[in-house]
Order: sequence, then structure tokens, then C-alpha cells
Amino acid sequence: MKCKRQLSGMIFEWTARSFTLISMIALITILGVLFLKGSQVITWEFLTSEPLDGMTRGGIFPAIFGTISVTLLMIILALPLGVASAIYLVEYAGTGFLARTIRAAVNNLAGVPSIVFGLFGVGFFILFLGRNIDKVLQTGLLFGQPAMLWAAATLSILVLPVVIVSTEEAIRAVPLSHREAAYALGATKFQVISRVVLPQSLPGILTGAILSVSRGAGETAPILFTGCAYFLPRLPVVTIPYLNIPMINPLDQFMELSYHLFIMATQSIDAQATRPIQYGTAFVLITLTFLLNLSAISLRIYFRRRHKRR
Amino acid sequence: MESSAGNSYKIETRSLSYYYEDHKVLHSVSLPIPDKKVTAVIGPSGCGKSTLIKSVNRIGEITSQIKVEGEVLFNGENIYRPGVDVVELRRRIGMVFQKPNPFPKSIYENVAFGLRIHGITGKEQLDSIVEQSLRQAALWDEVKDRLSESAFKLSGGQQQRLCIARALALDPEVILMDEPCSALDPTGTARTEETIQVLKSDYCILIVTHNMQQAARVSDYTAFLNLGRLIEHDLTTNIFTNPKNKLTEDYITGRFG
Amino acid sequence: MNYSLSDEIKLPPPSSREVAGLSLRNVDLRETSRRRLKLKVQEFFIEKFLFLNGLTSIIIIALIFIFLFKEGVKAFTEIKPFQFIGTHIINFSGQEVFAYIWQPVGEQGKYSLAPLVLGSLLVAIPATVIATILGVGSGVYLAEIASRRRREWMKPVIELLAGIPTVIIGFLCLSFLGTAVQNLFHTSFRLNAFVGALGVSLVIVPVIATITDDTIRAIPDDLREAAYALGATRWETIWKVLIPAGISGITASIILGMGRALGETMIVLMATGNAALVTLDIFSSVRTMTATIAAELGAVAQGSAQYYALFLVGATIFTFTFFLNLIAEVVINRMREKLKL
Repeated sequence: MKCKRQLSGMIFEWTARSFTLISMIALITILGVLFLKGSQVITWEFLTSEPLDGMTRGGIFPAIFGTISVTLLMIILALPLGVASAIYLVEYAGTGFLARTIRAAVNNLAGVPSIVFGLFGVGFFILFLGRNIDKVLQTGLLFGQPAMLWAAATLSILVLPVVIVSTEEAIRAVPLSHREAAYALGATKFQVISRVVLPQSLPGILTGAILSVSRGAGETAPILFTGCAYFLPRLPVVTIPYLNIPMINPLDQFMELSYHLFIMATQSIDAQATRPIQYGTAFVLITLTFLLNLSAISLRIYFRRRHKRR
Repeated sequence: MESSAGNSYKIETRSLSYYYEDHKVLHSVSLPIPDKKVTAVIGPSGCGKSTLIKSVNRIGEITSQIKVEGEVLFNGENIYRPGVDVVELRRRIGMVFQKPNPFPKSIYENVAFGLRIHGITGKEQLDSIVEQSLRQAALWDEVKDRLSESAFKLSGGQQQRLCIARALALDPEVILMDEPCSALDPTGTARTEETIQVLKSDYCILIVTHNMQQAARVSDYTAFLNLGRLIEHDLTTNIFTNPKNKLTEDYITGRFG
Repeated sequence: MNYSLSDEIKLPPPSSREVAGLSLRNVDLRETSRRRLKLKVQEFFIEKFLFLNGLTSIIIIALIFIFLFKEGVKAFTEIKPFQFIGTHIINFSGQEVFAYIWQPVGEQGKYSLAPLVLGSLLVAIPATVIATILGVGSGVYLAEIASRRRREWMKPVIELLAGIPTVIIGFLCLSFLGTAVQNLFHTSFRLNAFVGALGVSLVIVPVIATITDDTIRAIPDDLREAAYALGATRWETIWKVLIPAGISGITASIILGMGRALGETMIVLMATGNAALVTLDIFSSVRTMTATIAAELGAVAQGSAQYYALFLVGATIFTFTFFLNLIAEVVINRMREKLKL
């Protein structure tokens, strides 16, 4: 009798183990296929030159540049907002109705489908905010059309929950004893936050920022209509007059890795001919996101260990 | 009861009742704490001694909802009056906690922290106050060559003396100590007690301890608390040789607690 | 002598440090008062600033709500509500039939939501089923069966699955998985709901696996010890004690996964064929609500009936996922209450 129970138990356990393996095999297959087919195309020129001949030759540099630009802009918008929100939530809001509402809003924001963000980006940022800014500033149709600024804004509200949650976690990890010691020395609330809590939370905040950038680089739906273009003759860069410094132009459209892959795979004239470049683009994109994710995870582990030593 | 120079005590609680989240922890405690002396508060676990000491620098308020009846006087003024600047109050009353809690900064920066938040930034001034505070805490000789090292490299006893130095940097008028030696080994404890004896000539010291021998060694006056009530308060020698209350005698002789 | 703490610093007798000039006590009184006032003003403004930041999450989610529904409701002014179910058309045989067609472009736009909703469900439900089997199995394995060292690297690997950009999964479905499935199952449509469901399940498995793993690990050891003490095998403990104990968390993860599946856009856009057919055949090409918005928003004219209809579709999908997330949160909160006891 006992043998039968143990046997069936083992079978079930092996089933569970194999389910886990299936997931991991899927991951490895994906990475493998991308690596095998994508790395063939990767050369220095591929990474640094423009696409040619309807994307059948050339490189994807503008897409890489655009991805970096838009995620940079996104994190500039999302990080201060998210960190400040988290500080308010932990240090000032307590447990009352307001705190619970804010937390519910953050959770909801995290569950919004990405295309809804895209819809919101078009309807609110471009058509409402942008057109009204144009009206007020008399700039014609400058703000009221797809631009990197609006794509970055849309992405930033998508990643806001990531920033808020990881910052909150990092702030809460600071032990009460450190805060008590600071208060006992006559520090004001903001001094405790800025001199004791935030410095200790920086690693966690950094992890959240890196995860957000990874997420932002990988999302396509929010930027489909808010600023991406399939092919642009020049980079979204503008030179500031007088100072002669080149700067990213947030009001320009831009090329982007995930968007590029999407259009190439679904709408290029000769999908087979562009297939190698599709794999190359996918490979670059996944390398980027994976490196970011891995560094965020390693940071988290490293700082958790350092914390334990205390 | 003797008082120090002047008509009022440095700190005095008058019929102080203290509520932690609607739970009454102290019942009408009236305790005078004279200047330039060490007053010890003893009593079994849960008697309210930590609460009492935390009511003096109002540090209990940062985590919980509290309610206060009665008064706590500091230099004759009730610190629970509306409009009292709590930040300023805490600058003038220093606190050392049960478990040493240095900041994750260098030894120097730990001591200088209080000075920086109160606007002192000149390097020379910081250097001299940091040195003086570390000397007062009997730590200077051990750390003078490694001020920029992390505070966590110090032993438990050294960390606690660092916390004392950190509190001393602001030259407070009162030093509160919440079971300062309970997390230390005998050597650390001995060193800390020595420091307390030296400090009392300049400061008013209130120390909470569950170790009666320590109270007997270190303090001039002792207060015995039980279940939130002040049972007896007298010169230490009187409390330990000739207690007037039976409860006090029972606690001291180890019949409970 | 009547000093007040809030006005000046009182002057106790000088300490030895003051005498040596090493004390804060003999700092200029006016200097300190001015500084304290400045700090108080700073504190006030900082708190208000942080408060406004804290409100932004609420403001943003409210704005999304308002905008979606505001524009979505306008669809009812241009399109009769009945039309969102179906329209009367004349079919090829000349008969008048009631058809469920989504075809906004053309002289008579047709706005039946039926094919879109069915399409979303035809992808999301199988995807959730597959992901539940794989995810709960993985979660249980990680929590109870795997050794600590194995778990340390296996769990991050599964979480990495969640970090793959969905466009890449869609791309692989399009270029590679679709053909494989067609060869295996001899489907008529290379890109269909099943391929989409496979792709979507890859994204949901980590969600269900990690929450299941966390839930089971949070179950206190006394339950395990009680079961083992009665002579249960490890699997019996898992199946009869732990999973029932953690059923709220597991259910919540499945609900969350379903919400995620419904909201998924890029994979379905690339892998399901995008034909707005009303069908229950999983190997048929379908079009989901999300893919519809993604496919048509770029070409639509602002203010047209189709424009508002797309917002209505967006509002619909938002409502679905909102309620699913809400239910999941309620379930998780109830579980937390139970565990506290």
C-alpha cells in the first residue's frame, strides 16, 4: 500500500518538475533561436549604420539610438515622480484612507493593458494636451502630433508602478532604529528622509530604475502611435543654437527597436528578405533587456547580502 | 529630596499618565530628576520604564498615536504644551538606545551627523567637537586613526560608546539611556558604566536598566516602577539597603520580576 | 524668570565643554531661531510637494478612466447601441441575415463587438489554462520539492521569462511557431488563436508560478508538520494540505494571469491572423479587442465613428481587466486576513 502511495507521489512530483523544465526549456529555446539566427547578422556595421534598401541591408543604429533616447526621457519623467510618490506613501501618508486609495491606484495602474496606455497616449497626450499647448503657444502643429516626448510620457506612466513599488520596498527596508536615532538627535522629518533613509534606499531605487528601463525598452503597444516611425532619414537630434551642442529633440519622431521588429515582421514588402535583420533586431533587443534585468537582479542580491552582514 | 542649583529640577514629571494607542502604560507618575546626577529607573519587564524615558524627549510619537495626561517639565516648562518645538527639544536632550544603532556611515560622520543637521559645517569646528565627544565617550584613543572607517567595524561595546559620542556632540543638557548595556558584554558594560560616572558631572542622566546591580553601582537616585506606577523613589543607597515599600523589597530581593 | 522653549534657548549653567568653546549651547540665539524658522517653512513646502506627487497615481488612473469612457461614450452618438451586437446585411444569396461583423471601414460601417470579444476569450482562456497547469506545477515544485540551491537559480530563470519583450514572442510565433503548429496539427490557418494562446501562456506562466510559489512558502510550517506526523508522503501533503491551504493565492494568481492574457496586445497582433471571425474553433484565425485597437488606431481619423468605436473597445477591455484585478485583490486581501489569524 505504502509503495503505491509513494510511487504515485513520485510520479506527480516528476510531473511538476517537468512542468518547470518546460518553462525553462521554452526560455532557452527562445534565447537559442534568437542567438543562432540573430548573431549571424550582428557586426559592428550592423549596429552602427542605417537601414538600406527597404530594410534588407544595412543596420539598425537609428533604432538603437531611438530606444536609448526614449527610455532615457522616460526615466527622467518617471523616476522623480515615482520616488516622491513612494516617499509620500511611506513617510507621510500613514495608513489612512488616502494611503489606501493611492496604493489601489498604483495597483490598478500596474494592471492596465499596454494598448490602453497607447490609446490614452494618443487621446490625451497628443490630441488633448498637445493640441491645446499648440493653441496656447501658437505653435501650429508642433506638440499635437506623435513625438518622442509623448511616447516617453506614455511609457513613464506605464512604468510608474514599478518605480513606486521598488522605492517603497527600499525605503521600508531601512530599519526603524536608524530613524529613531536621527530623530533623537533633533532632526526634522525631511532631514531624516534625506540624510538617513534615502541614502540607504539608493540601491533599491536604482534596481527599480533599471527594471523600468528594461520594461520600457521592451514595450511596443504604447509607442505604436505616439511617436514611432519605421524609417526616418535622420536621427531625432537638434543642435541648440548659440551653444552648438547636439541634443535629443523630444518633439521629433524616432525609430525604436521593438517597433522596428514589429513592422518588419508584419508589414515589410518582402518579409523573407528582411528576416535576417528581423532576427538581428530581436537579438539586440533581447540582449539589451536581459542585460538590464540581470544587472538589476544581481544588484538586488548583492545589496541583500551586504545588508545581512550588518 | 535634594535638588540641584535653583528651585526646579532639570526634569520633572507631574502626575504623568501616558497612553500608547489607547492603552494606558503609565499611571500618574510624579518623578523629579535632578541635574548633574544619575537617576536610575528599575522595574520588571513591561513596567513602563522605556515609555517613561521616551516621554522625556517625545520620541514615542514618531511611530504611534499617544495621549498624555499630566505634565513633563524640562527646566520648569511643560514639554507637552501646544506649540513646543519638538526638534529643538530633542537637540537639547540626547538619547542612547538599547541596541547600538550607528548610522551606516564612517565613525567621524556618525558623530558629526547631529552637528551637520543643526547647521555646523565648518571643518575645524566639526573636527574639534568630534574629537572632544569621542574623548568624553572614552573612544578617542581606539578610533583616532580610523575615523573614516565604517562604524560597523567596531565591536558592540565600541558602537554603543560611539552612539554616546554621537549624542554628546550636541552637548545636550540631559542624556537619556534606555538599557544601554543590555546588548553588551561585561567589558563593554564596564567601560560604559565608567563613562557614565565621568559624564554625570556635566549632564543630567536618566538611565533605564533591568540590572539592579548596575543601578546600585552607577546611580545616585533610583526609581522603582511596577505596572506603570511609581512605587518608590529615593537615594540609591536607601532603596537598596532600606526600601520603604514591600513591593520594592520583593523586587530587589528577587522574589519577582 | 519666564523663558519659553519655543522662543529662545534657555540658559542653563555652562558645561565644561562650553567653557572650552566646544559646545552648541553658546551658539548665537538669533541665528538659531532664524534657521529653525527656515527649516520649518522648508518642511511645510516639501510635505505639500510630496503630497502632490503622491496624488499623481490617483490622477493618472482617473484620467485614463475619464478619457476612455468620455470618448467611448461618444460612439453611441454615431452608432446605434444595437449595432455593437450585430447588423442586418444582405448575404451572397440575397437573403437578409443578422450578422456579427466588425468592419468599420466601408460605406456602412459594421461595429459588432462579438467577433472581437470572442477572439479575446478564445486566446485568453486556453492561454490561462495552459499557464495554470505549467505555472502551478512550477510554483509547487519551486516551493516544496526543489532544493534550496536549485530554487535560487531556477526562480530567477522563470522570472526572466516575464522579462522577454512581448514583440519578440509574437515575432517567434509568427516566424517559427506557427509553421511548427501547422505541421503538427495540420491547421488551415497558419496563424490562429491556438498559436496566440501558446505565446501568451509563456508570458503568464511566470505570474502564476511566482505567486503560487510565494503563497505556498508563506503557509506556516505547523500544517506541514501535522501532515507529516500523520504519515503523509510529500506529495500527499502538497496535494491535500498545502494547495488547499493556499488556494486563495493560487486562484488570485490565475485571475491575474487571465487579466494579463486579455490585455496582451503584441503577441496576439502578430500571431492570431487578425481575421475578425465569429468562431469557437481554436485553430481559426481570430482578432482580439486589443489587436483591433492596435491595428486600426493608426489609420483612423480623429472624430470619426471608428475612432470613438476604438475607444469603446478600449473601455471594454479596460473594464474587463479592471474587474479581474479587483477580484484578485479582494481574494488576496482575504487570504492575508486569514493568515494573520
